[in-house]
Amino acid sequence: MAALSRPTLPPPTERFTLLGWLQKNLFNSWYNALLSVLTVVFIYWIIRGLLVWATSVAEWQVVAANLRLFLVGQYPVDELWRVWICLYVLAFISGASYGLWSRGVGAFGIALLAGPLFLSALPFTLNLRLLMIGIAVTGFFGWLLAMRLPALFRTPVTWSWVLYMVFVILMVRGFTPAGGFLPVVPSNLWGGLLLTFLLTVIGIVFSFPIGVALALGRRSNLPIMRYSSIAFIELVRGVPLITVLFMAQLMLPLFLPAGVTIDRVLRAMVGITLFSAAYLAENVRGGLQSIPKGQEEAALALGLNGFQRMALIILPQALRAIIPILVGQFIALFKDTTLVAIVGLFDLLGIAKTVLAQPEFIGRQAEVLAFVSLLYFMFSYVISYISRRIEVAQGVGER
Amino acid sequence: MQTPIRTRQSVPLWRDERFLKVAGQVIFALVIASIAYLLLRNMVEGLRRQGTVLGLSFLSQTSAFDIGEYLIEYSRNSSYLRAFQVGILNTLLVSLLGIIFSTILGIVLGVASLSTNILVNRLSRAYIEFIRNIPLLVLLIFWYSAVFLKLPRVREAITLPGPTYLTNRGVGIPWGVPTATFKTYLWVLFIGLAVALLLAFLMVRRGRQTGRTPLVALWSPLLFLGIATTGWLVLPAPPLETSLPYVKGLNLDGGLILSPEFMAILSGLVLYTAAFISEVVRAGIQSVAKGQLEAARALGLSSFETLRLVVFPQALRVIIPPLTSQYLNLTKNSSLAIAIGYPDLFYVSNTIINQSGRAVEMISLVMLSYLIMSLLTSAFMNWYNQRVRLVER
Repeated sequence: MAALSRPTLPPPTERFTLLGWLQKNLFNSWYNALLSVLTVVFIYWIIRGLLVWATSVAEWQVVAANLRLFLVGQYPVDELWRVWICLYVLAFISGASYGLWSRGVGAFGIALLAGPLFLSALPFTLNLRLLMIGIAVTGFFGWLLAMRLPALFRTPVTWSWVLYMVFVILMVRGFTPAGGFLPVVPSNLWGGLLLTFLLTVIGIVFSFPIGVALALGRRSNLPIMRYSSIAFIELVRGVPLITVLFMAQLMLPLFLPAGVTIDRVLRAMVGITLFSAAYLAENVRGGLQSIPKGQEEAALALGLNGFQRMALIILPQALRAIIPILVGQFIALFKDTTLVAIVGLFDLLGIAKTVLAQPEFIGRQAEVLAFVSLLYFMFSYVISYISRRIEVAQGVGER
Repeated sequence: MQTPIRTRQSVPLWRDERFLKVAGQVIFALVIASIAYLLLRNMVEGLRRQGTVLGLSFLSQTSAFDIGEYLIEYSRNSSYLRAFQVGILNTLLVSLLGIIFSTILGIVLGVASLSTNILVNRLSRAYIEFIRNIPLLVLLIFWYSAVFLKLPRVREAITLPGPTYLTNRGVGIPWGVPTATFKTYLWVLFIGLAVALLLAFLMVRRGRQTGRTPLVALWSPLLFLGIATTGWLVLPAPPLETSLPYVKGLNLDGGLILSPEFMAILSGLVLYTAAFISEVVRAGIQSVAKGQLEAARALGLSSFETLRLVVFPQALRVIIPPLTSQYLNLTKNSSLAIAIGYPDLFYVSNTIINQSGRAVEMISLVMLSYLIMSLLTSAFMNWYNQRVRLVER
């Protein structure tokens, strides 16, 4: 009888053997075997070439010597603490978010923590290395607090992401005249990765309301609003970003009354925002279309007016449905900000071009561009990874 | 008996929805119009202060600048309009070649990332992830300044069989040079195409009548090839002469010399867009229900037949809309050629702006050209989409 009361065992799984695995995954037919061999040779050739290049051919002084330029451009050294504060706040919020929404520790959290620690192990100045360790500690602290007090942290952390964008803009730009607490740093001094991030953040923050308004306009049954939205969206989506940026640089000054000038960074921001708004509008429209009509009718039956129906019922659902698409668009925006280098701003790529023009680093294109692409890759990849995690955590597409 | 008079319940004007709708639109239109008016007035005012008036007559002036590559006759004595046309043709050339090559590479990568072979699969995924997460502009500048300009000098050119020369002055490949009979041969090809199409049409119609479809995809191209070969042999002299590239002093000559700028923009666009197309292809193939594959296998179709007759026709419906937008992106991205100096539409227009100072007109023209290209492409792809989409009740 003892045998019967034993729990039913799952069917035996295939036994793992190295040879069996190899046969199943690499050599299950003659052409796969051939492909496998060719791929191994190819991968070996690539990795060996890369390693040889990176360790013995490439000269990385060009990156080390210009690191500050790459990261913050000409931003005044005395005001750099503001950027550090932004980074610390970011570390705290990220740590707290990770504690809230990922169950357990996870490899990604360790990687996030290891990033600054790894940087602190590199031969920078002592100050820089201590600040890096501080970032890791702050992130860990945020994670710990959020793990302990999830109920207290949930709403503030969500909102702090929205407020953080505004906070960064205020901190980096400053708002008091020279000599005050936060003196204004003119935007022509912003550069490097900092400018890239600012362009992205400002693009996101300002294009969002415009994009939602355009999407609503396109779905409205008032012909004038609908056709002007359609015209704007299709016009912007039909032309390359670089023409919009050129228009902003060359034609925006013409549109302003005599005597009013706006600086080049601001012009680029206007161009990027308008461009991004048109694409965002189409994504939001997709989200709006995915909401069943019953939702609108139910809201109508509850006696909500048009504004309430949209703001309380339709939009929250529509926006939640398109979170992954929006993140994808923001990554695209992050990458697209490189185009401002063509109109002469010093974002990460623009700085790379000036570094390459330094006489002592002539001919170091491969090193500089490899470094720059690696930075872009790292940030885009991390953002898209986080977005996939949020999707899973929120169950987008499941509910 | 007095019938109760129905007093008309009058809604106050400011709460009448019909009135509000009209009023809202009128106000909106007025706001837009007045903003547009203000901007335009400022612009005209600003231009007047600079001493210029809007107009396109400057296009007939002499351009007085050189363009490195042109498909139609061009020299520095040509007009701005001619320069603009050269730019448009270069953009079209790069976009067309880019679309062809990136589609091929994209399909290969997409199929590879679905492969059961784990090495092939991972390699292709890694490539796609990497390319999708770096900016195109960085990739383009990398190809140009760190690859094609770093190739050896002409004296030490890398020679591939063919012969193909890889140098920092460009890539030389063998090419056909038209001879005197080339024009006649074009007519032969045209007639061949017409006959082949006619045959295909007749065969399809016959297939509909008899219910047995003949192998249109075999016979029709065969007929075309037959006519083309006969034409080549029958003409008194071959219509094309092979011209091989060779080193002449410090330069390449003969064959077809592809400039580093052209190679960089084309390879950058192809490698970048292929990664996006492969994702589209992968999603399309994955969208075909598994039961379809099993049914095809149950019918005894070979794996190639399964792909050709069952998977691809169904995947195509999912693939085409996003593929269209990738083609459009490629065309628009070709404007980044300005960063590496390939004389496309945007680069040439920028030179014209610098020479003539006509920013407003030129930017409008450029935007209009891209807009027309985008609209034409999406119109064509919509038409194609109509043909392959699922016909429902």
